Amino acid sequence: MNPKLKHSLRLVISLAVAGLCSGFVLVGVYKGTQPRIQRNRAEAIQKAIFNVVPGTASTGALRVENGSLVPFEGNIGATEERLVYTGLAEDGSLVGFAIPGDGSGFMDTISLIYGFNPQQRVITGMEVLESKETPGLGDKIMKDDAFRANFAALPVEGGIKGVKKGKKVHPNEVDCITGATISSKAVISIINDSNEETLPLIENFRMPAADQPSAESEAPVSEVGAADSQAEGGGQ
Amino acid sequence: MKKDESYDLSDAQRELIKGFWKDNPVFIAALGLCPAMAVTNSLRNALVMTVATAFVLCGASALVSLSRKWIPKQVRISIFIIIIATFVTTVDYVLQAIAYDAHKDIGAFIALIVVNCLILGRQEAFASKRPFGLAMADAVGMAGGFGIALVMIGAVREILGNGTLLKDTPWMFSVFGPHFEPWAVMVLPPGGFLCLGALLAWFAWMKERFERKKQPETAASAG
Repeated sequence: MNPKLKHSLRLVISLAVAGLCSGFVLVGVYKGTQPRIQRNRAEAIQKAIFNVVPGTASTGALRVENGSLVPFEGNIGATEERLVYTGLAEDGSLVGFAIPGDGSGFMDTISLIYGFNPQQRVITGMEVLESKETPGLGDKIMKDDAFRANFAALPVEGGIKGVKKGKKVHPNEVDCITGATISSKAVISIINDSNEETLPLIENFRMPAADQPSAESEAPVSEVGAADSQAEGGGQ
Repeated sequence: MKKDESYDLSDAQRELIKGFWKDNPVFIAALGLCPAMAVTNSLRNALVMTVATAFVLCGASALVSLSRKWIPKQVRISIFIIIIATFVTTVDYVLQAIAYDAHKDIGAFIALIVVNCLILGRQEAFASKRPFGLAMADAVGMAGGFGIALVMIGAVREILGNGTLLKDTPWMFSVFGPHFEPWAVMVLPPGGFLCLGALLAWFAWMKERFERKKQPETAASAG
C-alpha cells in the first residue's frame, strides 16, 4: 500500500476509533442517568405545582390534542410536549391549574410555572423553574418574596401589567423589581402570552368522569368545584 | 522521551505540589479564568465546578497518558478534545442526576469546561508526554490548585455579596448576621474581577515575600 495512503488511513482510523469509543461511553452514561434526571425534573415540576396552586393534594397532567386538553398518561419529566397541570384536592375535585410558560429574559430563556384558578380567574402563584438572569439583580424574579407575592391573587382580566415599584394601583398590576425591570417584565410577558394560548383551552376543559366524584363531571371547568375552591381559600 | 518513562516518588510529589503553589493555574498561569469568575458567586457553585473540573482533568490526563503511544501527532488535539468532551458530557449528565439544583445554577458553565484551556493545556504540555503516574500527579495537583482558587474567590464573593457561606445547601450559615447589608456588586461580574485582582495581587506579594526570605537563607548556606 502507498505509504501516504497508509498514513492517512491511520489518522482516519484513530479518529474513528476515538469517536466510536466516546459514542459508546456517552450512550451508556445517558442510559444510566436518564431515569434519575427525568425523576428529578418531574419532582421539580411537582414541587412547583404544590407551591403555585394552594390547596393541592395531588396533581395531574393534561396535553393539548386537536385544540383541547386531554389527560396525559406519560412521564412528565421525560416529555418535551407542552403540558398543563391540574391541582386536585384530597377528594379529587379540581383546585386549579398550573401552567408552564417560557420566553426571553434579559440573559437567556426564562422557564416558569404559574397557578390559575378558573373560578375566580386569578393567578394563584408563580415560580421560576429555570433562568440565567443576572445574579443579584435579575435572579430576584426567583428569590424576591415581595415580587412573587404580586402573583398570589392576580386577576388576569385585561392582561397583567408591570409598573414601577410602589406605583401599583389596579389589581392586575405587578410591582417590578428595581434594577431588574427587564426580567420582571419578561415574567409578565411570558404569563400574558401563555394565558392567551392556554386560558381558552382551560375554559373548554371538562374534568374526566374518573376524576370527578359527583354528577358535576360534565360541567365546564369554570363551574366545577367552585364551592370547594372557595372553601379551600383557592387563589389566596 | 525515554528518560521520562522512569520516575520516582519525589518526581511525582514535585508534579503534585507545583499545581497548588508554584504553577497554580489561576493565580500564576492565569488559566481557566472564565469559570473562575463566572461561577464563583457562591461557595457551593465554586465547589461543584471544582469537582466537575477535577473529574474531567484527572480522567482526560489518565486516558491521554495511557494511550499516548497510539495517538498520531497530526490528530492529537482532535483526539484530546474528543476525550475531554466525553468526560464533560458524562459529568454534565451525572450532575443532573445527583445535584439537579446545582446543575440548574451552573449547567451552562459545566458544558464550557470542554474549552477550558487549563485542561487541553495539561494534555498537550504534560499528559501526552509523561507516564501515567506523573500525569495523574500533575492532574491532581492542577485540579487542587484550581479548586483552591475557586473556593477562595467563591468564599470572599459570597461573604461580601450575600453575608453567608454555603448558601443553597443544608450547611448554610450567616457570617455577619441579619443586619448585614449585602455588597451586591460582589456577586455580579465586576465583583469577580475585583476579587480575582485582589487575590492575584495577594498571591504575587506572598510569592515575592517567600522568595525574598529564601534568598538570604540560600546565600548563607552557600557562604
